[in-house]
Amino acid sequence: MFELFKLQSRDDVVDDKGPNRWDWALLPLILALFSIFAFAAMQMSRPFSVGEALQVSLDPFYLPYYLLRTILRMFTALGFSLLFSLAFAAIAVKYAAAEKIMIPALDILQSVPILGFQAIAIAPFIALFPGNLLGVECAAIFAIFTSQAWNMAFSLYQSMRTVPSELSEAAHIFRLSGWQRFWRLELPFAMPGLLWNMMMSMSGGWFFLVAAEAISVAGQDIKLPGIGSYIAVAIEAKDGHAIAWAIGAMLTGILFYDQLFFRPLLAWADKFRFEESQGETSQQSWLLDWMRNSSWVRSWTESFWAFLSRGLGWFSVTYDGTSERALKKPMSPLWSRIWDGVLTVVTLLAIFRLISFIHSDVGMSEVVHVIGLAMITLVRVMLLIGLASLVWVPVSVWIGLRPQYSQKVQAIAQFLAAFPVNLMFPLVVFAMVTFNLTPNIWLSPLMVFGTQWYILFNVVAGAATIPNELRLAADNLGLKGWLKWKRVYLPAIFPSYITGAITASGGSWNASIVAEYVTWGKTTLVADGLGSYIKQMTETGDFHRIALGIGIMCIFVTLLNRFFWRKLYLLAEDHIR
Amino acid sequence: MTQNLLIDLHQVAKSFKATDGKSRLILDKVDFQLKEGEIVALLGKSGSGKSTLLRIMAGLIPADKGKVAYRDKAIFGPVAGVAMVFQSFALFPWLTVQQNVELGLEAQGVSADEREERADAVLELIGLAGFGGALPRELSGGMKQRVGIARALVTNPDILLMDEAFSALDVLTGETLRNDMLELWDEDKISTKGILIVSHNIEEAVVMADRIIILSSDPGTIRCEVKIDLPRPRNVESAEVRALIDEVYGLMTMRTTHEASSEVPSTKHLGYRLPDTDVSRIEAILDMVAEAPYNGRADLPQLAEEAELSDEELFPTYEALSLLGFAVLEKGDIILTPLGRKYFEAEQAQKQELFGEQLLMHVPLAAHIRRKLEVEVNGSLSEQPLLELLEEFLKADEAKRVLEVAIEWGRYGEVYEYDYHTGRLKLPEEEGEE
Repeated sequence: MFELFKLQSRDDVVDDKGPNRWDWALLPLILALFSIFAFAAMQMSRPFSVGEALQVSLDPFYLPYYLLRTILRMFTALGFSLLFSLAFAAIAVKYAAAEKIMIPALDILQSVPILGFQAIAIAPFIALFPGNLLGVECAAIFAIFTSQAWNMAFSLYQSMRTVPSELSEAAHIFRLSGWQRFWRLELPFAMPGLLWNMMMSMSGGWFFLVAAEAISVAGQDIKLPGIGSYIAVAIEAKDGHAIAWAIGAMLTGILFYDQLFFRPLLAWADKFRFEESQGETSQQSWLLDWMRNSSWVRSWTESFWAFLSRGLGWFSVTYDGTSERALKKPMSPLWSRIWDGVLTVVTLLAIFRLISFIHSDVGMSEVVHVIGLAMITLVRVMLLIGLASLVWVPVSVWIGLRPQYSQKVQAIAQFLAAFPVNLMFPLVVFAMVTFNLTPNIWLSPLMVFGTQWYILFNVVAGAATIPNELRLAADNLGLKGWLKWKRVYLPAIFPSYITGAITASGGSWNASIVAEYVTWGKTTLVADGLGSYIKQMTETGDFHRIALGIGIMCIFVTLLNRFFWRKLYLLAEDHIR
Repeated sequence: MTQNLLIDLHQVAKSFKATDGKSRLILDKVDFQLKEGEIVALLGKSGSGKSTLLRIMAGLIPADKGKVAYRDKAIFGPVAGVAMVFQSFALFPWLTVQQNVELGLEAQGVSADEREERADAVLELIGLAGFGGALPRELSGGMKQRVGIARALVTNPDILLMDEAFSALDVLTGETLRNDMLELWDEDKISTKGILIVSHNIEEAVVMADRIIILSSDPGTIRCEVKIDLPRPRNVESAEVRALIDEVYGLMTMRTTHEASSEVPSTKHLGYRLPDTDVSRIEAILDMVAEAPYNGRADLPQLAEEAELSDEELFPTYEALSLLGFAVLEKGDIILTPLGRKYFEAEQAQKQELFGEQLLMHVPLAAHIRRKLEVEVNGSLSEQPLLELLEEFLKADEAKRVLEVAIEWGRYGEVYEYDYHTGRLKLPEEEGEE
């Protein structure tokens, strides 16, 4: 028995390749996962012609199958998001000229709502695979991808920018090539942040799942088999039971991939934590423990890593510092100025084109109208973030100061952030019709329904890190009531609150598309605002007005970020220093 | 003759661009040679550019002017024959000890079997056999630096650069590791032909080096060189070593007499690099010197031992004391002036007043700020123009630090006040209120 545990240490060579009990436990699990996903993948490609109706049944019996399809889609999108992020960050960090375009572009892409991408992408994807469902499948995956990729790419880029200088110097001294540096230094360093953002991205994917799977863009009405379509059909059919079933299925799905994918990954990635002194409790995963104990898995991973590390030798630097090739040539100031000039000209041209397009095709009065709508949405977003803060900040501080709850609450908040707002439609419509409420006011809470949890989540984390000594000192000085909040708690959580509020604000703009336009069966409730405008225009397929609406939203979100949230963020950073 | 020259620097200069676009000289006219078979230590206070010089030799940053050669070949980047040991260890926390050590070999494309063989050999040599599978975070500081050294040695470098390699360790651990290192060197167990140490620890330099190079500051130039012919291992307690340590202390603190004679006294300069120390440390050292057993005159090495502070912390404090006229430095001793004695004996309120007076008299930056405030209508002033002014002489982060020192001293001397949130300086409230 004891021999078995000794084998846990990492560098022990496993002589005995025979299976142990962990192997027998893992084998069925792995085989089951493989065959299930293979089955689902095969279902993705089948004949389909545009206009053909796909049956989505509300029978709960089909739910596991829909869940499987949805999860496969989400993971495919996650895989592509990961590839995109790796390429994006590597290029942006390496080439200053590219960085100048890529980072602002990412800022803008982040603020484009999912419907915008869908409107553009659906036709080309269907044309790519004529007569096959795979095209629609790709469009859905692309839509999910657009709700996952940006924050991952940004996090990876940020981390790669902030690689500690001494490690970077060490990599230089030992002459790692760019390729080796990426795999040995930059990616490992970025890993914790990247994983964290992958989890957030999965939540983001669920949030817009209905829009991604039940495609109703430009007169199309395609419902791919999946949980999102199931919810859409349930809403059309006014089936409350089905909604409940969908919530259950979603919960199960999240639980599954959390236990089988993210937990093991997080526990494994624990070694990439750079700050060694940080008091964060390390993640635990039963699956990873199983895998580490299984001799099959261990010998397999060992040869896998050995195989991968052979790839590290592909691009070695063959010369050293005595060769002139080692000389780093910075971009000459002339070229950099020319490049800046080109960018300015292109930007000006684009702005000119945009203005002339708007002027001729939509008319200036429409622009003013849309800006007015954006103002309404802006007021809504800010008011609701403020209200949500009033409610959640005290609650989160209370929770954060009690470590026994805080971890559990964080897990719950993460689930709530994933909760598609569409699932609230039956309740909302019922309440509004029964009490005869005005949509312009009472639909607003839906906007922060999914995003308020980011405030909760971040503030809980911030409050949990308030040094115990600070609290003792405050007690010792007899600080009580409001004074204690004003002098201790609020300043301490301010930076994490700002981080949460930024995420919540960005998310709320996107959510406005779903939240300002609510349907339940034949009942449709519309609040005035930019979100409902975009949603209505996408349904009718008016591309000019979609572009206008999305453009205005981009401008509003970007300006708000730049001139409000970033200022607050810098202030918070300065305060805590 | 040039056959055994490992590194040859000729008239090397380096400057950095400040934020306002002007460039400032960090290193100037540096001639330096590292020959086969010697250990050389570079000493200098902060701002002398010793780390920059080391990084130029490592090929990490290019020199602006002059010639940098490794075995007669000009260098443009990190050279295969040069390895470096870092102050903060710079181990990759996600790689095991074995993988960390193999890193340099992996980059060169050495086969896995050979890598393992060579890493094992070095780990055994450095006393880490059996630790190959550990992650760096499981190791103590001393063990981590052993890994750092093993990682440098495994590539069989000609030259080993050590950037304050022992200063992050506690004294005892540092000493042990240093002795182990010297043993490997003296018994020819490693193929390294020359070692260059950057240090702020005078004792360390005297015990290890064949030659000590002392750099002066602003811009960093080579001021003098001390040759040490004593056989190793050297006993710190022996009279010869003690005498050498005293001599180096003397040379290190000589700057005011030596440099000031050649040009305008550098302390009269607005952009003078105020020493990186704080009021409480200045007072603590002043009290120590004033009290028994020193009674106003202390031997610097002895003081260092009793204060339990590093030279890096003490030297700026000595400088502050002499800058403010409370003490003078002479041949490795610190001597209290009558004013310093008066300060020691004064009550708290008087002390602060005296501090303020001396500050205005001897620190041009503080006097400048005070004058500006007195002519300002509302008696307040933004820190921004001051920072910009300092950046004409100093690097941005250094300018910031100097202003912070000036603010702390000024606050203590009640010369002016500072509001952190608005970043504005103002005249103090009328006296007697607080």
